[in-house]
Amino acid sequence: MKVLKDLYYTKDHEWLKVEGDEAYIGLTDFAQDSLGDIVYVELPEVDDEFSKEDAFAAVESVKAASDVFMPVDGKIVEVNEALLDEPGLINEDPYENWIAKIEIADKSQLDELLSADEYEKLLDEEV
Amino acid sequence: MVAKKTPLYDEHVKLGGKIVDYAGWFLPVQYEGLIPEHEAVRNAAGIFDVSHMGEVMVKGKDALAFLQYLLTNDISKLVEDQVMYTIMCYPDGGAVDDLLVYKFGEEEYLLVINAANTDKDIKWMIDNKKDFNIIIENISDQVGLMAVQGPNAEKILQKLTDFDLSTIGNYHFKRNVNFAGKECLISRTGYTGEDGFEVCTKAEDTVEVWNKILEAGEEFGLKPAGLGARDTLRFEASMPLYGNEISEEITPLEAGLKFFVKLDKAEDFIGKEALTKQWNEGLKRKVVGFELLGRGIPRDGYEVQKDGKKIGHVTTGYMSPTLKKSIGNALIDTEYAQLGNEIDVMIRNKPVKAKIIDRRFLKNR
Repeated sequence: MKVLKDLYYTKDHEWLKVEGDEAYIGLTDFAQDSLGDIVYVELPEVDDEFSKEDAFAAVESVKAASDVFMPVDGKIVEVNEALLDEPGLINEDPYENWIAKIEIADKSQLDELLSADEYEKLLDEEV
Repeated sequence: MVAKKTPLYDEHVKLGGKIVDYAGWFLPVQYEGLIPEHEAVRNAAGIFDVSHMGEVMVKGKDALAFLQYLLTNDISKLVEDQVMYTIMCYPDGGAVDDLLVYKFGEEEYLLVINAANTDKDIKWMIDNKKDFNIIIENISDQVGLMAVQGPNAEKILQKLTDFDLSTIGNYHFKRNVNFAGKECLISRTGYTGEDGFEVCTKAEDTVEVWNKILEAGEEFGLKPAGLGARDTLRFEASMPLYGNEISEEITPLEAGLKFFVKLDKAEDFIGKEALTKQWNEGLKRKVVGFELLGRGIPRDGYEVQKDGKKIGHVTTGYMSPTLKKSIGNALIDTEYAQLGNEIDVMIRNKPVKAKIIDRRFLKNR
């Protein structure tokens, strides 16, 4: 499974790419592979605020629905609307096709997230 | 309890199947992917391992009388080499299971029951054996069962036998067919809404027959298909799943299976009184089909509301691979069940509009 360096990860298989005070959130390669073909994505509204570990979006395969959780506290500043018409983009390239862009409320929370190395270790344990 | 393996377990692993524990059995939920497998069955053919199903022989002088008492359908109408769908009920009309009955002869029948219900069903049969002169024999571990489904199913299977498969009509079967070099029972039955067959083998012959079918099917687009596609296919074809559309709590009448409940059968059967009463008084709730008007995918268990009041729940729902629409079945109060009526499906605590439609989702395909 592909794991990119320089991203933060959660144990729920989200990734976080930080740019200044903002960050993109998406699903990892492992997550999209476990889900199978994604046929539906539910996105939050811009300006919605969420706490760390809140479900802020949902992705669904034919078989099952799965929540996407906030890696840190934050406010939605942009959503990837392309996913509404083409949810399968996440399967094609999970790191390119982010779900939402957030404004991070408290950057010190980033320290609690997993590094690429730590996330790879977690995957080894799950497999 | 550790899940059991069918005779085909190693083949599933070799084929890259994603193995899950389903009803106490290790089975593939998919191989290549649910959608391509679903489409293969609708447009070409798919092969499913259904060896987890339970098989029970009922033999003896009173076999017919016993089945007439045990089952809701009229088994006396079955002729030799014919198959019948029926339900087995509790006295209150709730379903013990739904099943197929194969008539081998006047005193010999094969029952194919749901894997998850096998132990419960057999206990129920023994508990109700009373003075009937019969033998109940669980042969589940002695046989393998494969379903080959789709428009190309007959062409594929015909390559492996000299017996003319076109002579087997819908819901009929032939025993002792020399198929792929083995002795098999072949029935024109299935759970997908497509033409197709089920091939019953001796357990020890299953792997060889499976691989020969896969090989024969290569030129006809045959794919191995998992439990995921099995459920979307049966759902689109408006076939019920025990535990979803029908259960101990949901009677066959509520599930829309009146055709298979012969309330006018001469003999008494378990549940007849309760079901007759329920029918005469009118159903208070029933299973309907619906199409989601808003965005989202309905899932089983989701609540259904009308004007903020709970009126039922979703029994099965999917983004239909064939129709590319979000559709579902729901068990709801009868007063809201008319076609065209609008209801709300609660998806992640938000109401999403849906419209009641004909459950025969593929009718206009």
